[in-house]
Amino acid sequence: MSGPREREPAGSNRAAGDPAVDGTAGAAGTGGTAGTGGLIVEGLTVSYPSSAGPAVALHGVSLRIRPGETYGLVGESGCGKSTLAAALAGVLPGGGGIDAGRIALDGVDVRALSAREHRRWRASAFAMVHQGTSSSLDPTIRVGAQVAEVCRLAGLSRAQARSRAVELLGAVRLPEPATLARRWPHELSGGQQQRVGIAAALAGSPRLLVLDEPTTGLDPAVEREILDLIQALRRQIDAAVLLISHDLALVARTCERVGVLYAGRLVEQGAAADLLTSPRHPYTAALVAAVPRVGVSRRERRMPALPGQPPAPTDRPAGCAFADRCALADEVCRTSEPPLAPTGPTGSSAGSADLPEGVADLSDGHTVRCHHSIRVDLPRFQEQVNEVAAEPARPGLLTVRGLSRSYGRTPVLTGIDLDIAHGEVLGLVGESGSGKTTLARAVVGLGPHGPGEIRLDGRPLPVALSRRRADDRRRVQMVFQDPDTTLNPRHTVGMVLRRALATLRGEGTVADLAGRVQLGPRLLPMRTPSLSGGQKQRVAIGRAFAGDPRLVVCDEPVSALDVSVQAAVLELLATARDAHGVSYLFVSHDLAVVGYLADRVAVLYRGRIVEVGPATAVLLGPHHPYTHALTTPVDPVPPGRAGQPGRPGQVRRGSTAATGCGYAESCPRRIDGLCDFVDPPLLPLGGGVTTAVHSVRCHLDAADLPVFPPPAGPAVAAAAEDEKPEKENV
Amino acid sequence: MLRFLTRRLVTILVTMLAVSLLVFIATELIPGDVARVVLGREASQASVDALRHQLRLDEPLAPRYLHWLGGFVTGDWGRSYTLGVDVRPLVVERLLNSATLALLSFVLLVPVALTLGLAAGLREGRLTDRILSVTGLSLAAVPEFVTGVVLLVIFSVRLHWLPSSAQAPPGAGPLTRIQHLLLPALCLVLLCTGYVARHVRASTVAVLASPFIRAMRVRGLSETRLVRGHVLRNSLVPATGALAVQLQFLLAGLVTVELLFGYQGIGDLLLSSATSKDVPALQASAIVLGAVGMGIYVIADLVYALLDPRVRVGRARA
Repeated sequence: MSGPREREPAGSNRAAGDPAVDGTAGAAGTGGTAGTGGLIVEGLTVSYPSSAGPAVALHGVSLRIRPGETYGLVGESGCGKSTLAAALAGVLPGGGGIDAGRIALDGVDVRALSAREHRRWRASAFAMVHQGTSSSLDPTIRVGAQVAEVCRLAGLSRAQARSRAVELLGAVRLPEPATLARRWPHELSGGQQQRVGIAAALAGSPRLLVLDEPTTGLDPAVEREILDLIQALRRQIDAAVLLISHDLALVARTCERVGVLYAGRLVEQGAAADLLTSPRHPYTAALVAAVPRVGVSRRERRMPALPGQPPAPTDRPAGCAFADRCALADEVCRTSEPPLAPTGPTGSSAGSADLPEGVADLSDGHTVRCHHSIRVDLPRFQEQVNEVAAEPARPGLLTVRGLSRSYGRTPVLTGIDLDIAHGEVLGLVGESGSGKTTLARAVVGLGPHGPGEIRLDGRPLPVALSRRRADDRRRVQMVFQDPDTTLNPRHTVGMVLRRALATLRGEGTVADLAGRVQLGPRLLPMRTPSLSGGQKQRVAIGRAFAGDPRLVVCDEPVSALDVSVQAAVLELLATARDAHGVSYLFVSHDLAVVGYLADRVAVLYRGRIVEVGPATAVLLGPHHPYTHALTTPVDPVPPGRAGQPGRPGQVRRGSTAATGCGYAESCPRRIDGLCDFVDPPLLPLGGGVTTAVHSVRCHLDAADLPVFPPPAGPAVAAAAEDEKPEKENV
Repeated sequence: MLRFLTRRLVTILVTMLAVSLLVFIATELIPGDVARVVLGREASQASVDALRHQLRLDEPLAPRYLHWLGGFVTGDWGRSYTLGVDVRPLVVERLLNSATLALLSFVLLVPVALTLGLAAGLREGRLTDRILSVTGLSLAAVPEFVTGVVLLVIFSVRLHWLPSSAQAPPGAGPLTRIQHLLLPALCLVLLCTGYVARHVRASTVAVLASPFIRAMRVRGLSETRLVRGHVLRNSLVPATGALAVQLQFLLAGLVTVELLFGYQGIGDLLLSSATSKDVPALQASAIVLGAVGMGIYVIADLVYALLDPRVRVGRARA
C-alpha cells in the first residue's frame, strides 16, 4: 500500500532523467519479462583490504530471488554468507568494497544509487533481521518508539507511526502490542526481541528481506515460532527473502531454493528438496551428512567428519577451493576451477560450460561447481554403520538423589534423581531456564549450593567444589559452552594444556594430550583467541581430559559451532568415550545432538525431570507431552490458550506451580481437574523388557502418550510436507 | 527508589561521622596551640589558659568531641576561633560562593567535553581525534596552579581582558561576578575536560561499533539522526560516571584555585582554618564539602538510571 509511494523518489528520478534505466524500470513495472522482478545478483565480487593483499570474500556470486520466494544460503563460517548480506545492505565493514558485479531489486540497479539514494532505498525497499536477538535494538529506547522511528522514515507522521508500530508489533504476534510498545528492550525475552526486530524490518514494507541467522541462540521452541512467523509473513508481504543460516535442517524446512557458499563461491544451487536430498557437490553432501537427526545414535551410525576448514580469503587455491578437504579431488581439481554448471537429468553436464565466463546463470535449475558432479550421485561421505553390540550392564558411577537448588527464593531444581553408569552418556535436554546448566554446575560442585546427595562410585561428594578432594576434582571435569570465556586469551594452547596436566596431575606430554583431541603440534604455540571455534572447544575438551577423568560434564559444548565442526567435536567426544571409558553428562537444547551421543536422556522442565530413559525410547516415544513438543516442529498453540503464561519461550525460571503438573498449563493433552491439581509421579512405563528403565512424569497411560513422528493426518499434512526433505535423507 | 535513597543517606551520615572524628583527631595531632595562635605570641600564659578553658581545650578529647557533635547536630556549629563569627552562616556563605564557581565551571565543562569527546569518537583514529585526545590529556596532566598562573599572565596581566581576582566588589551585578569568575572556572575546565572528553570518546567509539547502530544504519537512518537519536544518549551513560569523578576533582581543585584567585569559597575556608587549627570552621567545612561530594555520586546514579533503563536503582547497584 505505501510501498510504491516510498520507492518513488529514486525510481521516478531515474525514469525521468535516464532513458536507459527507464527501459528496465518499465519492464519491472509490467513484470512481463521473467528477468527483472525480485532480487538479481550477478557476478558479485567483494574484497577486504588486508596486510596480505586483498582478501576476496565473495567471488562472482550470482543468484536470483523472486518476489515471495525464500532463498536459503548455507555454508560454514567464513565462507562469505554475512558478507553477502552486508554487501546487499551496503554496509560492508572494515573498508570492504564491491569490486565487480550487479545488484538489482525490482529492476533498480542498487549499485548505481548515490549514498543518499541508497539510504532511502534501504529505508523503503530493503530490510534485514540480524543475528543475536538483542543486537538490533537500542537499549535506551522503548521498543514501540524504535519501530515507530522506522515507520517515520517511510514517511508517516508521528501519530501515524506510533499506531503503525503497535499494529506491526501485533502482526509479529506479540501479546498486547500497545502495552508492549512501552516496554524497554531488556524487559523482553530473546524471542520477543527478535519479533520486535522483525517488526522493525517490516515497517518499510520491504521488497527484499534478509534474515541473517535469525534464530541462532534461541530455544528450539522459540525458533520454531519465529520461523513459523516468517513463513506466514512471507506470504503476506510478497518480498524476496534471503535466509542465511548454518542450519541445514532449518533451511530445508523454510526455503524453496538453496545456495551453498564455499570460500566465497557458490558451489551448488537448486531447489531445496532436490539439493538437500540429492546433493551433487561433495561439500554439500558433507554438510548434509553432518546434520544430526533425531533418532540417529552414534552406536548405530558414526557421523562422517569433514576434515579441515575453509581456506582463508587471502590464499585461495588455484583450482577448486574445496579440493584440500575433498576425498574425490584429483590433479584436475587442484589446477582448474570447475564452472557452475547445470546438472542434467542423468547427471551429464550438457550445455553447461557453454556459458561464457562472467555471464551469470540465473536459471532455476540445479547447478553445481564440481568436476566430478557426475560421480556425486550418492552422498560422498558414506555414513559408517556400526554393529550395535549389546553393551554389558555397567556399574554405577554417579548417583544424584533429591538434589534441589534455588537462586534466592526462586527454586531452579526440585528433587532431582539421576544415575550415570561407567562409560555411559546421559543427555540432558530442556529449554533455557529449565535448570540444565544449574544441574550441570551442581554435579561439578559449582554454586548455588543446596540440599541433595551426590555420590561418585558410591562415595558421597561434598556439595562445594572447594571441599572436594583433589582426586575427586580430577575425576569430575567440565567443558563449558563458550570456550572464549573459559580460555585465558593471553595463554597459548600449550600453556593451557600444560597447566591442566600439572594441576590435574595428568600423565604424558602436552603433545600427547593435544594429539588425543586432534590438535596439531602447529597449534601449540598459538594464543587461544587466534583459534577457530572448533579448535578452542578441542582445547577445552583436552583440558578436561588431562587428568584421566571418569565423568565429564559438557554444557552445550557444540551449540556455538558450525554443523561440520559440531559433527567433528561430537565425533571427538564419542571417540574419547570409547577410548577412555569416560562417562558424560551432556547438556544440550538440541535433541538430535543429544540423541546422537547419549545412551540415556533426561528431560528437564522447570527444574524437574519429566522423563528419563534410553535415548531412542525417549526421543521417539511414547514420551511425555513436553518431550513431544520439543521433538516435533511447530505445535500450534491450542485456540483459546494463546497468551497464557507457560507457552514455550515464555518460561519463567523456576516458576513451578504450587500444585499440579508443572506443564499442565501448556499441555495440549491436559486432563482438566486432574493435571492442574495433582502432580504426577515419575513412574516407569510398563511392558518393556529393556534393562534401562524409561520413566515419565505424566498422568496419561503409556498407550496414550504421543510418539515421534506424529501420525500423518489432514491436520498435520502441511507439517509433514515441510519435514519431507529431512526424512527422506535419513 | 526510596529505599535506595534512604540507604545512600545513611551511608553519607556514617561517613560524615567518620570524617568529623578523623578531622578532630588530626587537629589534635597538629602541633601548636589554638589559644596561643588566637591571642598571639605576646599574650600572657594566664590569658591563654583562660581562653583554653573558655574553648574547652583543657578537656579530654572524647567529651570535647561529643560536645561538638551534639552542637553540630542541633544546628549550633560553634564559633570560629580565629574569625570570631558563627561558623554556620560563614560556611553557608562560603559554600554558596564555591557553588557559583563550580556551577559555572560545570556549565562550561559539560558541553565542551561532550562536544569534543563526541567529535573525537565520531572521527576515531583520524587527525581530529588525535589532536583532541592529545591536547585534552596534556591539559589534564598540568596541575591547576600552573594552568591558573598561565591564564592569569595571559588574560589578566598581558591582555587585561579579565580581572585577576575572582572576588567581585561588593554589590556587583551578576554579569560582573561571572566576569570575575571566568578565569578560575576556565582553569578548572581545562583541568577536567580532557578526562571527561576521553570517556565520552571511548563510549562513542564503543556505541558506534555496537550491532544495533549497524542495524539502524541498515534501516536507512541518516547519520545525523543516528548520532542525535542513538549514539549520543548511549555514550552519555558511561560519561556520567566520569563526570561524577571529575566533579570530585573539581572540588579538590577549588582549594588551589580559590587560593590562587583570592576567592572566598569553601576551599579557601578549609585551607585557612586548617592552618590556624580553627577546629569548628575546619570541621564544618570538611563535613559540608564531603557531603556535597557524596551527594554528587547519588545524583550521578540517578542520572545514570534516567539514561539507561537497564539500571535498576536500588537493586543492582548501591
